[in-house]
Amino acid sequence: MSTETKGYLDMDLLRFTTAGSVDDGKSTLIGRLLYDSKSIFEDQWDAVEQSSKQRGDENVNLALLTDGLRAEREQGITIDVAYRYCATPKRKFIVADTPGHIQYTRNMVTGASTANLAIILIDARNGVIEQTCRHSFIANLLQIQHIIVCVNKMDLVDWSEDRFNEIVADYKEFASRLEVPHIDFIPVSALLGDNVVERSANMDWYQGSPLLYTLETMYIGNEHNHVDARFPVQWVIRPHSDEWHDFRGYAGRVAGGVFKPGDEVTVMPSGFQSRIKGIHDIHGDVPEAFAPMSVTVTLEDEIDISRGNMIVKQNNPPQSSQQVEAMICWFSPEANLQERGRYTLRHTTNEVKCLVKELKYKMDINTLHKLKDDREVRLNDIARVSLQTSAPLHFDRYRRNRATGSFILIDEQTNNTVAAGMIVG
Amino acid sequence: MSEHKSYHLTHLEQLEAESIYVMREVAAQFERPALLFSGGKDSIIMVRLAQKAFWPAKLPFPLVHVDTGHNFDETIEFRDRLAKEVGSELIIGSVQAEIDAGRAKEETGPNPSRNRLQIPALLNTIEQHRFDACLGGARRDEEKARAKERFFSHRDSFGQWDPKNQRPELWNLFNGRMDFGENFRIFPISNWTEMDVWQYIKMEDIPLPSIYFSHSREFVRRDGVLLGRCEHITLLDGEKWESANVRCRTVGDVTCTGMVESVANNVDDIIEEVAAARQTERGGRADDKRGETAMEDRKKEGYF
Repeated sequence: MSTETKGYLDMDLLRFTTAGSVDDGKSTLIGRLLYDSKSIFEDQWDAVEQSSKQRGDENVNLALLTDGLRAEREQGITIDVAYRYCATPKRKFIVADTPGHIQYTRNMVTGASTANLAIILIDARNGVIEQTCRHSFIANLLQIQHIIVCVNKMDLVDWSEDRFNEIVADYKEFASRLEVPHIDFIPVSALLGDNVVERSANMDWYQGSPLLYTLETMYIGNEHNHVDARFPVQWVIRPHSDEWHDFRGYAGRVAGGVFKPGDEVTVMPSGFQSRIKGIHDIHGDVPEAFAPMSVTVTLEDEIDISRGNMIVKQNNPPQSSQQVEAMICWFSPEANLQERGRYTLRHTTNEVKCLVKELKYKMDINTLHKLKDDREVRLNDIARVSLQTSAPLHFDRYRRNRATGSFILIDEQTNNTVAAGMIVG
Repeated sequence: MSEHKSYHLTHLEQLEAESIYVMREVAAQFERPALLFSGGKDSIIMVRLAQKAFWPAKLPFPLVHVDTGHNFDETIEFRDRLAKEVGSELIIGSVQAEIDAGRAKEETGPNPSRNRLQIPALLNTIEQHRFDACLGGARRDEEKARAKERFFSHRDSFGQWDPKNQRPELWNLFNGRMDFGENFRIFPISNWTEMDVWQYIKMEDIPLPSIYFSHSREFVRRDGVLLGRCEHITLLDGEKWESANVRCRTVGDVTCTGMVESVANNVDDIIEEVAAARQTERGGRADDKRGETAMEDRKKEGYF
């Protein structure tokens, strides 16, 4: 894809995730997007062409462009979240490609956690199925603001407008129970390329844009919270050099709101108050810092601040509590969630111990029903829990701020990440 | 940094902020981190990002170079100068020393590669200095096995990567916990592409070794790859040294780093060239052409 030299300083970034069940043609769609947008190089193409021949595939198998590991190629499956990149002169894209079978929920939650947008694939022959609902529910749970529903394999339903409209109506009925603000529908054939990069000649009844153009022009300006000023301290910078003898800077990534020199701030959890003296990077002073910038902040007063503390504006503090209500997705194939179990909880740059006080309910993510009798939270399950932490967390609800409303749970025996959590209150 | 009235960051600013965040997490979560420095452009921008992450303090970790002994002279000079400028300790792990000690065996043939021999040298250096996290400049767009890498990549006590059992990474919460003897490889520029790297070099005006720019050099064409003339490469029947204006797209061992014919002698021209390129930058790497899963196999053994 031709990225012109000029103009790249104005390019922005869109992160999206893709979801579909097995054989919906997800790898083919991504392969097509990369190939038609010229993000595939000749040597990659040659390698895939050769592999397809060896496997006895009739056409060049576009899915092989994205399936990298030996086991995946041998078994024709995708194991894990893989990340792909493409760019147009307007925008750079990071694609989280998640497989459609085993450990699906875990992988989609992972891919969706950093995404601005989700593409959900529907096989035009099958229509809206249980898995479509599941994928949409997860996108909504992770607070993705945009969904593009690609109705794929339109070539196999004779490019039928009626079939497309039927699927759109079915999906809209289901989606009315979710709160995704923007949903687009595009009829495509990933295999043949219709409406992926180029407009389809087979579906002149479709008035909308092809997929790539939609991705390129989608407005994504409101992805970060620019209201509630939050600065989790990552690392304290003390140069101990002659030139910077008294410098004491707090390094971190702005998690919300806007900070400027002179702002009156409070440091959580100590409650000490001060004023921002300066915001710095290597090129000099920065007039203001907002999410997701990485900067270094200095304060007017010398107060004791360390990693895990949070600098916030005085008039707008986060919630602080040792009792947290959250939705969690369970990730561990080895051990189920233990009610009354203890885990390490990592939230922003802070780490505390936590106790699972109560399992409120499990979600049936196909029907959106609450299951109160099933007490076993296993791999890929989503549940509502009450947690008690060893020290207060300073948080916002996940719906208000993804950065200060999310956490992970770590099993202290295995050191594995066993759950992803979204704070409800 | 430009004005942000609309609170908007460009793609390069977002990538930079993410990489700086990852580097600071490494400093905070590990006791003995190190930055693997090859002298290539990716490790050069890693050094720049680290400077930005910890400014005005120095880098809180040393630079480590695994020296194959088959380097371009320009890379070594550049490495030494940069380490001095940054004020960081430079630790060198030597493949030659591994060979001399009998822990590694030299390949034979017309272009013997020491690429794979970096594995024991790297693992020994990690063990000797008890590094618990090694920062590397690998990118997911480089190679298909790397597309599945994490930012924080867990390695067992043998340095091995288990692609089927990786820790999920959500939001920007990184889990660097491990048992004694294990370690992590950390890839802060995972989400960058070759184009992003060049655009960043341009934006930040970062100096590079001269081999990245067009120069006249003798080379031999072998399996579609242009290999620069050096004492380690022997001509086969029918091969001959040719001469033209070339440059490197990646920099590794002299025996496996392919050149491209190019007249691009400044960053703007290289960006134009990268935009028009129809081969991946590793397309010229003889080490990746040794089989469909060559990179995956090396990584499982402990490669970067």
